[in-house]
Amino acid sequence: MNRFIACIALLAGLGPVAAMAQGIDETINRIFADYTGWYVGLIFADLPGTNFSWIALWLVVAALVFTVYFGAIQLRGFAHSISLVKGNYSDPNDAGEVSHFQALATALSGTVGLGNIAGVAVAVGIGGPGATFWMVIAGLFGMATKFTECTLGVKYRNEFPDGHVSGGPMYYMVKGFAERGLPGGRVMAVLFCIFTILGALGGGNMFQANQAHAQLSGVLGDYPGWITGVVLAIVTFTVIVGGIKSIAQVTEKVVPFMGVFYVIVSVIILLMNWDMIGWAFGQIFMGAFTGLGVVGGFTGALIQGFRRAAFSNEAGIGSAAIAHSAVRTKEPVTEGYVALLEPFIDTVVICTMTALVIVITGVLNVDAETGLYVWNAEAGRISTAGEVSGVALTSAAYAQAFSWFPVLLAIAVVLFAFSTMISWSYYGLKAWTYLFGEGAAKEVVFKVFFCLFIIVGAAANLGPVIDFSDAMLFSMAVINVIALYLLMPIVKRELASYIARLKSGEIRRFK
Amino acid sequence: MTSEVFVVAYESDDDAGLLAYAINRATKDGAALKIVHILEWSPYKFLTPQEIEERHTRRKQEMLRAQEIIIDPAVAKAAAAGVEATGELRYGTVVEQIADIAARSSAAMIFVGRSGSNSISARVFGSVPLGLAQIAPVPTVIVP
Repeated sequence: MNRFIACIALLAGLGPVAAMAQGIDETINRIFADYTGWYVGLIFADLPGTNFSWIALWLVVAALVFTVYFGAIQLRGFAHSISLVKGNYSDPNDAGEVSHFQALATALSGTVGLGNIAGVAVAVGIGGPGATFWMVIAGLFGMATKFTECTLGVKYRNEFPDGHVSGGPMYYMVKGFAERGLPGGRVMAVLFCIFTILGALGGGNMFQANQAHAQLSGVLGDYPGWITGVVLAIVTFTVIVGGIKSIAQVTEKVVPFMGVFYVIVSVIILLMNWDMIGWAFGQIFMGAFTGLGVVGGFTGALIQGFRRAAFSNEAGIGSAAIAHSAVRTKEPVTEGYVALLEPFIDTVVICTMTALVIVITGVLNVDAETGLYVWNAEAGRISTAGEVSGVALTSAAYAQAFSWFPVLLAIAVVLFAFSTMISWSYYGLKAWTYLFGEGAAKEVVFKVFFCLFIIVGAAANLGPVIDFSDAMLFSMAVINVIALYLLMPIVKRELASYIARLKSGEIRRFK
Repeated sequence: MTSEVFVVAYESDDDAGLLAYAINRATKDGAALKIVHILEWSPYKFLTPQEIEERHTRRKQEMLRAQEIIIDPAVAKAAAAGVEATGELRYGTVVEQIADIAARSSAAMIFVGRSGSNSISARVFGSVPLGLAQIAPVPTVIVP
């Protein structure tokens, strides 16, 4: 206990250090930009003649390939997915083990977050309402990617003698490649783990801490970022190092509640404006193909929609394969079925709600004469009420209906950021232990490191560092999708066998 | 040869009075006891990634502990009194599981302790005896 208190004191003591570190932001930024800028540029490079990054296309094409290859599994398997989550196929003797619902809820708490609130506002702000249509399309296709990666995650997980399980792309890369006689599995697994650790420290940590602070200082007034950082780091530390589960459990309970509440408020706002729903869908469909005056037109909407969907639901990144691999099931395919609901809930439901509310509440300025959206060339997006974007735009849209919503949204953003950090600390840890081996001391090193980065993320304005870690997140997708292409025949075999046994009654329904 | 089975909803050795009463009744009626302990569990409870990873191990530990500390001593106590007794451990909602076990084992009666019935949460959400009173498939004795 004394060691625990000493560690917290150490973390708290780092606050002023972080404050001083603000002064050297510039230097760090410059050094980072000089050495890593080329790599970030490469990952987010646009396809020639467009402003569409190849990495977004990489993910969308993968989703399309998996959709075709598995015969639109997200459509024909949707009802079965729901049955599995409801526990209709769960053996009552396995009660007390991780259920499909729990695996799904935990994985969702890692993906539902800023992407659904801020990301959508950015997409609609730049690409117009039509971006929503393409976001939904990309989300629907992304379901097949999650199906593929999570089936493999369970199939090739490691079960240790003490009963705990570790799974994820690094395991299917090594074991799956060996099974198919393919070379390079180990190299890919190591690369994937390096990208995961760096992505966890950046996109899954510093970016979240940074955004949480931005949102809090927006509501409470400007104050030093290190204060948010130290508080978040202490809370995270108590959860991931101190094992104070009650905090995590509270968050894990509040986050889904926040998600459901967000959807309910959205539905209420839509019902309050029910006469405009038809019009809003009209805007979304027309905008999807014409752009409605948005610069970039059809392609502008398509690019923004695809990009936001890819960034929001993490399909293809590989993180979901880590999250889903611990479920108790004898059939890996069942977890694939369950995981395909993730992009549906994250992108098709929650993101669409945000987009509809933004469109319906009229926060996007429309030219009364032409009926087209007013373009703010200086900001490079549609002119909005108060000229805001990102979280602030979502906040403004919901505030049109409920003035108290911005405060609630600030709380939600902080909680979403926190739960994303907890999830990514786990993904990072799994990659870390894969590289350096399991062991309490090795794990604590990573966890303390992770907490320190929270303070840095909240305190400093490290644009290039965060850009680099975002690039790492998408580097995970490059490696992971290659592995998925190479291993998809195995998933197809598993699926065929499962469906055959389901039809024959060998796999029975318990409820 | 015992003809009837009595299910005992046994929480812990705090329920010594309940167990003693059930043993006494079983002796008089020549019945066998099925001593049941339920580990409260919901498949919809939210877990952190770490908890998910460790769940299987923890479940094994929880079951082993419950078997050793709760079930085995209770079964031994009944056996020492000359009553045929078996134990059963399950995860789930206490009331539902007890009712299910009673139905499956064609029990003649359920014995349950009154412990906890006076707490505020029991008054708001209902207690195990109250829940059993509503859904038990066989006569249920609430032992004070």
